[in-house]
Amino acid sequence: MTSLRKALFYRIDGVVLLLYVMLVTVGIMAVFSVEHHTTDVSIFMMNKNYMKQFVWFGYSLLFGFVILLTDSKFFSSFAFLIYTIAIAVLVITIFAGVDVKGSRSWLGIGSFRFQPGEVAKIFTSMALAKYLSLPETNFKTLKDKLIAAAIAMAPAILILLQKETGLALVYFCFFLVMYREGLPNAILVIGFSLIGLVLASLLIERKTLFVVLTVLAILIGWLIRIPLRRRMAPRIILTVSFLFAVLFSQVAVPFVFKHVLQRHQIDRIYSTLGKEVPDEYDKTMVVGEDKKINSSEYNVLQSKIAIGSGGFWGKGFLNGTSTKNQFVPEQHTDFIFCAIGEQFGFIGSAGLVLLYISLILRIVFIAERQRSVFTRVYSYCVACILFFHFAVNISMTIGLMPVIGITLPFLSYGGSSLMSFSILIFILVRLDADRQALIR
Amino acid sequence: MSTGANPRQYVISIIFIGVASVILLRLFFLQNFEPKYKILANDIAIYKKVVYPPRGAVLDRKGKVLLSNTVIYDLMVTPRNIPKNLDTAQFCAALDIDKKTFINIMRRVQERNIDVRQSPFIEQMSQEQAARFQENGYLFTGFEPVERNIRAYEKPIAGILLGYIGEVSPEMLKRPRYSSYRQGDYAGLSGLEWQYEEVLRGQRGVHYLERDKFNRPRDPYKGGILDSQEVSGKQLELYLDADLQEYAEKLMANKIGSVVAIDPQTGGILAMVSSPTYDPNLLRGHDRAKNYAALYRKPTRPLFNRATQAMYPPGSTIKPFTGLVALNVGAIGPNYGYGCRGSYGACSRAIACEHKDAGHAANFRLALAHSCNSYFCHIFRMTVDFKNFNSVKEGLQSWHDYYNNFSFGKLTGIDIPFEKGGAVPDSNKYNSMYHFNWNSCTIVFVGMGQGELLLTPLQMANGMCIIANKGWYYTPHFVKSIGKNPNDSLLKKFHDKHVVLNIPDSTFSVVQQAMQDVVESGTAAGAKIEGITVCAKTGTAENKAIVNGEVIKMQNHSMFVAFAPRENPKIAIAVALENAGFGATWAAPIASLMMEKYLKDSVSVKRKAMEDKMLNANLINKYVFTIDSVLRLRDAAKYQARQERKWEADSIKRAEDLAMYRYWFESQLKKIKK
Repeated sequence: MTSLRKALFYRIDGVVLLLYVMLVTVGIMAVFSVEHHTTDVSIFMMNKNYMKQFVWFGYSLLFGFVILLTDSKFFSSFAFLIYTIAIAVLVITIFAGVDVKGSRSWLGIGSFRFQPGEVAKIFTSMALAKYLSLPETNFKTLKDKLIAAAIAMAPAILILLQKETGLALVYFCFFLVMYREGLPNAILVIGFSLIGLVLASLLIERKTLFVVLTVLAILIGWLIRIPLRRRMAPRIILTVSFLFAVLFSQVAVPFVFKHVLQRHQIDRIYSTLGKEVPDEYDKTMVVGEDKKINSSEYNVLQSKIAIGSGGFWGKGFLNGTSTKNQFVPEQHTDFIFCAIGEQFGFIGSAGLVLLYISLILRIVFIAERQRSVFTRVYSYCVACILFFHFAVNISMTIGLMPVIGITLPFLSYGGSSLMSFSILIFILVRLDADRQALIR
Repeated sequence: MSTGANPRQYVISIIFIGVASVILLRLFFLQNFEPKYKILANDIAIYKKVVYPPRGAVLDRKGKVLLSNTVIYDLMVTPRNIPKNLDTAQFCAALDIDKKTFINIMRRVQERNIDVRQSPFIEQMSQEQAARFQENGYLFTGFEPVERNIRAYEKPIAGILLGYIGEVSPEMLKRPRYSSYRQGDYAGLSGLEWQYEEVLRGQRGVHYLERDKFNRPRDPYKGGILDSQEVSGKQLELYLDADLQEYAEKLMANKIGSVVAIDPQTGGILAMVSSPTYDPNLLRGHDRAKNYAALYRKPTRPLFNRATQAMYPPGSTIKPFTGLVALNVGAIGPNYGYGCRGSYGACSRAIACEHKDAGHAANFRLALAHSCNSYFCHIFRMTVDFKNFNSVKEGLQSWHDYYNNFSFGKLTGIDIPFEKGGAVPDSNKYNSMYHFNWNSCTIVFVGMGQGELLLTPLQMANGMCIIANKGWYYTPHFVKSIGKNPNDSLLKKFHDKHVVLNIPDSTFSVVQQAMQDVVESGTAAGAKIEGITVCAKTGTAENKAIVNGEVIKMQNHSMFVAFAPRENPKIAIAVALENAGFGATWAAPIASLMMEKYLKDSVSVKRKAMEDKMLNANLINKYVFTIDSVLRLRDAAKYQARQERKWEADSIKRAEDLAMYRYWFESQLKKIKK
């Protein structure tokens, strides 16, 4: 037994664990910096969030230790079972959830509260990995692709029903994992084209866009005129994609904006684009009334002020005038990056970005060295989830993306978030320790 | 699929790295090339707190505090921190207000400000309120007494000398004197507070604090390295004797007039009263405007400093100077006599004299002791018509120069503001009055201190200093030292000794001897002080006023000037009582009592009866109220006329502007049409 423990200790990936500990430490420090005042008697104050976060870190390490002692086959064996339980909990949450700012995504048991949607990412990853590693799964068939997509999307839909849009969007990152496992290249093209189309239909006036699309279609038709003349398929593809683009931009986007999205979401999207909300989407507009100040613009402006005022070298630890004095809303959770940007400047924020990207690329590297498909898929899931959170969160603080309420992994204050990311990492490390074995 | 490198891992890695690069690029530009965020961050998060140091104190010559600072409390409220179960009844009882007032104030507070900010609930709580609030303070969370410094006058004396402070007005801020001030600052508005503002105010400190999003100040910004420390105002030590001042104010109660007492050896002012006085404590705190208006409306005009601003005909008190000039130019000798028979008839209109007996003006000493009008009218004429001068104009000019050297007819340069210079007529004045057709007879009244000659009580007292010192004086001033430094640059001009035209000591001795006789055997016998040689001169100045279109001869002004002791002068004094009667009756005893009080520290029991008479006398003229209302009506009419002229000018200017604009607009139209 002793020899096996020792062996396990030597097989775990130190780089990932080191990066993980560094990020969590930076996070606790950042929360400390926004909450500490020089008038505080002691730095060990249990009612402060940074101390709570520290305690959560302790729990995470304890939990991680337990995970490391668990047999790696456990995760693959129970993947579906736990996934089913998770789905059930998500369904319960829709009805029994605690109402927090209009969304019912929190589940309360006594004084303890957690967000099932946050934790469900782990089990969805495991379920997806399990399904793709099943010997009977052939990912080349359409049926299996649809099942895999269903596994990934089911929690997202349930979370959408809980009105926690940001968290639901995270589940779209599983498509990147499926792409690695064999979705056609076209999925990337279609994905990027769709993003481009949405942006275009928001930025360009609708009639102009129609003309542009038509011209584009004729141009492409002229460029591929030889294949068009010879075969049927290109004609169909071109016609269908043109019709789809037109319908999408002329009907679907306005429909979504008018009937699906809520007021604050429209505000956020348009404030990121730097445009006024058009009158047709403005739901609360009363004729003759002046426009109200876009509230999400305030958040992003304060966040940009904090980060932008940091400069190259930053203002120094505990000298962040904006973050220390609570100018940035949600600065210890979703906008924690402001604290880094303000106090440590470009050097600090670039360092943090590098830290994240090294962790993510390290996980991709780990994924590629696995013998078992289960571990590989799971690793990719972890990498993609981390990447999505990291990219979207930082982009929203610097105004590259609309404000979506998702956390910065390991840094944001919050027990659910820290715990679930820690479990993701520790399961990864545990599975990787057995990379020579075949886990199904 | 698990064997061999999968190319898609690179696609995914490239997507990761690409997105990270975009973020890095955006961060790079945001943090290095958009300085506006730095400015915004400082604007929102840094709070500049200005700290006012306590103003300097003012002490008298014995170190008694006349003016200092005291702490009062404003009750501040932070609505958010008020507990839901606040016992309103108890709170109202503690502050002695009713529930309605409480609700009104709270409503106003909430309308004005967000509920996390402190707003004033009651400004300047009374002592009683503060004490009772602090007893139960722990019960009323959300309310907090905040201390504030205001000026405190230890005794209700010397208000007009010390002056008062007030908030600077927007008009004042435009003047260069107030260039370092900002709206909301306090500055001295009159008296010593105005004159020594620069040293009294000290240097305000600026502290940079960080503030949070509720605008509440937090930690010092950058650990306070940008802060500047406040410097307290310097203290002023005066020559003023608080006991003498208080005594003088008591003596002057219910009289209109003024007293100036100067130490001849230093020029330091020992006491200065302008009666009626007022309690300076009225002119501080939040009732200042109300009280000021009330004082301003009083017909007796307590805010008018009669000691430096009121100009009186000096009457007989000018006679020592008339004699001094006559003796010095050589027009007469000390033994010159004039045969007065009760009136002076050398000029067309006879001038009455109090004395008829022969020989009362047999020489200079006797003439001054008996205050013979004929004698002094005559020697004044002899002076201006003196053979050394080519004409009466030159003679008058020479006399005018002497008087200017005595600091008559010009500002003495005393260190309180708004002084008046009096009037000493010269040939230009008479040329315009009499169309070049005048001679020494026309202006003869000036020799006995009537006519066009006007002096302030301060100038009269300063004149006494010159005679006491035999020909020199220091500019009269209040301040002995600034911040314990007697050589402060502001006091430099008060250390210059002014010597008056090299008049020989012997001439002064003659005048002093004559003034000693005034007390010992002349008109001012009541001013005698046991054991002290007092030199003095009484005066009774005629004056007129126009009431309802008629010229009324008013009761005479009672004047008195003196110094003592003659051998080693320690106090020179001038008393002017408006419309009180003979100088010997009222002004002389007051001056004498004050000199005794100063020189002997107490008034002898023998003079108790006289003291009581002076303390209790009420000499306010019945015409004061009528004259005051007439003057105010005239001022109001003048002001109205001035306003109307201004409005007229404004409307003309507006019309011109409009015409100009029309012209410009039409020319633009023409251009467009072309």
